[in-house]
Amino acid sequence: MAKLQILADAAKYDVSCSSGQSKRANKDKGLGDSKGYGICHAFTEDGRCVSLLKILLTNHCVFDCAYCVSRKSNDVKRAAFTVEEVVDLTINFYRRNYIEGLFLSSGIFDSPDYTMERLVRIAKKLRLEQRFNGYIHLKAIPGASEELIKEAGLYADRLSVNVEMPTEQSLKLLAPDKNHQDVIRPMTYLKTEIAGHHQERKQNPKAPLFAPAGQSTQMVIGATKETDLDILGMTHQFYSQLNLKRVYYSGYVPISQDNRLPAVGTPVPIIRENRLYQADWLLRYYGFAFNELVGSEQPNLALDIDPKLGWALQHLDLFPVDINTADLELIKRIPGVGFQSAQKIVEARRFRKLQPEHLKQMGIAYNRAQYFMAFTTAFSLRKEYTPFALKQLILARQKSKYARTFSTQLSLF
Amino acid sequence: MTTILYDGTYEGWLTAVFEAYTNKLTDVLFTRQEASTAKLFEATLTVVMDETKAERVLAGLQKRLSAQGIMSLYKTYLSDIEEPERVMWQFIRHVFGNGHNVEEDYGHPAVWAVRQAARRVKREAHRMQAFVRFKLTQDQLYYAIIEPECDVLPLISAHFESRYADQRWLIYDARRKYGIYYDLETVSTVGVDFQPRGRFTSGLMAEISDEREEFYQELWRCYFKSVTIDARKNLRLQLQHMPKRYWKHLTEQIRKE
Repeated sequence: MAKLQILADAAKYDVSCSSGQSKRANKDKGLGDSKGYGICHAFTEDGRCVSLLKILLTNHCVFDCAYCVSRKSNDVKRAAFTVEEVVDLTINFYRRNYIEGLFLSSGIFDSPDYTMERLVRIAKKLRLEQRFNGYIHLKAIPGASEELIKEAGLYADRLSVNVEMPTEQSLKLLAPDKNHQDVIRPMTYLKTEIAGHHQERKQNPKAPLFAPAGQSTQMVIGATKETDLDILGMTHQFYSQLNLKRVYYSGYVPISQDNRLPAVGTPVPIIRENRLYQADWLLRYYGFAFNELVGSEQPNLALDIDPKLGWALQHLDLFPVDINTADLELIKRIPGVGFQSAQKIVEARRFRKLQPEHLKQMGIAYNRAQYFMAFTTAFSLRKEYTPFALKQLILARQKSKYARTFSTQLSLF
Repeated sequence: MTTILYDGTYEGWLTAVFEAYTNKLTDVLFTRQEASTAKLFEATLTVVMDETKAERVLAGLQKRLSAQGIMSLYKTYLSDIEEPERVMWQFIRHVFGNGHNVEEDYGHPAVWAVRQAARRVKREAHRMQAFVRFKLTQDQLYYAIIEPECDVLPLISAHFESRYADQRWLIYDARRKYGIYYDLETVSTVGVDFQPRGRFTSGLMAEISDEREEFYQELWRCYFKSVTIDARKNLRLQLQHMPKRYWKHLTEQIRKE
């Protein structure tokens, strides 16, 4: 029990928890399945979901990365699971419907290969001996041999290599034992392998699965000085060149006294993290390019408004958009209209000319969206707003969960 | 206004729709028999479920709606909205009143109401896929108790059947007093009164539980506590995802004295 406490505690800063994008059917009455969409089984007091049993195999580590709780020089209790223990925990939690599967990471003990070999052994035992079809996410340990990483891909649904820091300089500064290339190399290898297996399965559906949910990575933000331009630029590379499925951003939680890092007690940059995730969605689902959201004049995302509203305010000349005639792509760019709402609008307008009351009924954030849309009417009277005035208008009318943070600004008026 | 009494099943309601159309009734009020109160009705029609008639209505719907549209109607029936039959009836009238598929005509109030009800049911079904907590008994049965607002057991049955194909399980809806039981072969609906004396003492629980059950529950609570990041505490967000009404059946939220 103490072991679980230590190794769950140490793993909690790892942000990836999702279990989607993998289909693994339960054949011949084995245990479990993966459906391609995740299920969050519980929500902790910090509001984050628990969908996987997320633990470290061990928190013993030969590295000394400044941002990590498990770093060599940190005076914490150390523990390690045996292969059998992890398998038993996973199966018994899964059978009680506590979890969707396992997310297994580890400190590096002895050598990357030694560590990786243990991770693979657990996944193999789960699949072959326990006939487990639930979700498995393994860390690919930088520096581990390609054969081991390949074997991991045959049993895991997703693999991830953490880039840790958004730039090479920061990694050098905070993790002197680590090398940026050691992270990129397995990513490149995985990209090729995943694509190859994918191709093979197209021709032969019985060919083995290889990391069907693809690979992901995460980076710590707010520990070092990078701008959102640096971060999103890196993200763009991961999506476009390495075909990553997800990039996770982890707002730095100050856990150690180190003059290279923000002091303990510095608040976690939760809003910034949130804005980065919003920007990430705009990249993956809304057809935005990263340099539409941040640029050299404005290298950081605004904290008081979301990036989509920010973009629209800078491009007021493109608005208002006539929702009865505009392209789906343009409708998706209207602040207050989500990805799904945009599709609903395009479906619903085949039946009747949409008017404001229809949109309100369809659950669109009309208060915000109204300034950016037009309706096909005989005549219309529009008030012209400056970007600044419009922003104030929208901010004053919305109930932001972060309103308290910006109360000083609002009290100016 | 004609009141149509039906048996409370979905097929029964489809039969009632058939009768309403046959008798050219438009202003109708559907009442489930068990819920009928002694009112003075202007006119009452009692409908007996008839599979052939229900099939015919369903076939008519299939001609005009996608499988998803028909499913939405069924979900509305499972929802806990007020007078689901009224919404379903208005929807059906709109569907049969048009030559083409109207299920995406979201500007129409009944189409939207059906969509909303269906979404509500779908969301709760998804939550119940998540918030079922099985406990293991000595005779190796995994059982769980839930109390959802909507009647979601018919919707989640297949999910649990394919996921837990190698263990016997029972999920019991304590609000509607029926459950679904999987015996390693098929899932069946069971109407047992699961709490005969209306209470489950901890002594009784210990008696029927597998010897390791308490251990895994404790491990899970311990894990759940360890993964919380105190610096990011956000109880409102937690509640938004996991409303308190579900807590009494969630192992991790049951505080041990």
